[in-house]
Amino acid sequence: MTELLVGSKKGLFVLRGEPGESFDIAARAFPGDVVEYGTRDPRTGRYFASVTSGFYGPRLMYTDDPTGDWEQAKGPTFPEDIPDTSLDRIWIVQPGEADGVLYAGVAPAALFTSTDSGATWELNRSLWNVPTRPEWNPGAGGLALHSICPWPGDPQRLAVGISAAGVWLSEDGGETWRTGYKGLVPLYVPEDEQENTHALCVHNMHRAPQRPERLFMQFHGSVYRSDDTGETWSDIASGLPSGFGFPLTIDPSDPDNAYVIPLTADLDRVTPEGKVRVFETRDAGGSWIARGDGLPSDDAYLTILRQAFGHDGGTPLGLFFGATSGEVFGSADAGASWYSVHQHLAPVTSVRVSA
Amino acid sequence: MLRAPLKDRADGQGQLDLPGDSLGEVLRELERRYPRLEGWVLDEHGTIRRHVNVFVNGERGRADTAVSADARVHVLPSISGGS
Repeated sequence: MTELLVGSKKGLFVLRGEPGESFDIAARAFPGDVVEYGTRDPRTGRYFASVTSGFYGPRLMYTDDPTGDWEQAKGPTFPEDIPDTSLDRIWIVQPGEADGVLYAGVAPAALFTSTDSGATWELNRSLWNVPTRPEWNPGAGGLALHSICPWPGDPQRLAVGISAAGVWLSEDGGETWRTGYKGLVPLYVPEDEQENTHALCVHNMHRAPQRPERLFMQFHGSVYRSDDTGETWSDIASGLPSGFGFPLTIDPSDPDNAYVIPLTADLDRVTPEGKVRVFETRDAGGSWIARGDGLPSDDAYLTILRQAFGHDGGTPLGLFFGATSGEVFGSADAGASWYSVHQHLAPVTSVRVSA
Repeated sequence: MLRAPLKDRADGQGQLDLPGDSLGEVLRELERRYPRLEGWVLDEHGTIRRHVNVFVNGERGRADTAVSADARVHVLPSISGGS
């Protein structure tokens, strides 16, 4: 049995089923509220859901049983001495490396840390206080810290991605931060300003666990890879129908293997040419293979959001993604073929495999 | 006066007697008695959330609105918050 946490504009759907077949809805939590992200900490088994009520604001909820009751975490919230800032949205919850440690990335762009398995949260003040912050600007989705990449086995090393304020790297557990900008080309900035701007619109970023100095990034207009812990970046978008997109995932067992779902362009955020296709690289971005067997291929203009693409970590790799049309697709063979997991859900914001 | 889902988070209490000289004080007392409401009406800085309307004797109030001992306070979702 595989279990998916599917965040949507209208609640969290807990889907369960066998790979290759359609899944059942085991539970729907937080009806009417936006669930931006759902995930499970594999170390404790605890489930997390980032929930935003259009009326009553954002909050982080957790439970040990996603079909039962959920408890509200204490935070993340901005402390009293930052009076003009309140939490807009929780983009991601990411288990860390140290015992009990989790990270949360939020809008406005900030990193929060929990040391008690997600019950309470504290702002990372050193990233909040970096001198360039007053120059940061939001992307269309807000000023968002949405990607958090721990370093397997080393709790001191961390990389985070911010839209639109680039990559930030720490090697001392988040005490100090430096940028990882080199090689990123913001085509939406005049050419003579591109080298000096902080307006670097990272859309998604994942680390290759088997080769942790390697990171893959979906940027606003291209796809990049870094082989030096995020210091410098190389464009690897050649062979894709578009460099634009949001969803990105990797095969945790193969550092050369990554997947993206391109969208046509920033002005037209749908699957290119009316075909839904996942693109896979097996050579770290040297080439890309279209994977569309079983996916809609005629007049299909879907939008797949940033966090709506996940994997099960298995061999062969199971892949799952959801669209704002309410469809969820899966692959039980690392993208070679696809099947319908569920249809007619609310617009999908996130997909993660939880069991 | 509370409606769902706030009422549910206040252990089913839709009508409560709460002390306070200002609306902010009344709402903070509400949070103190019912911690599951923390952050729902007031944000982390004590500001009434943008899409929540709080009425004092039928008039829309702010955190600093004075509240008399016999005032009736209604907490309602605004029509602007949904999507």
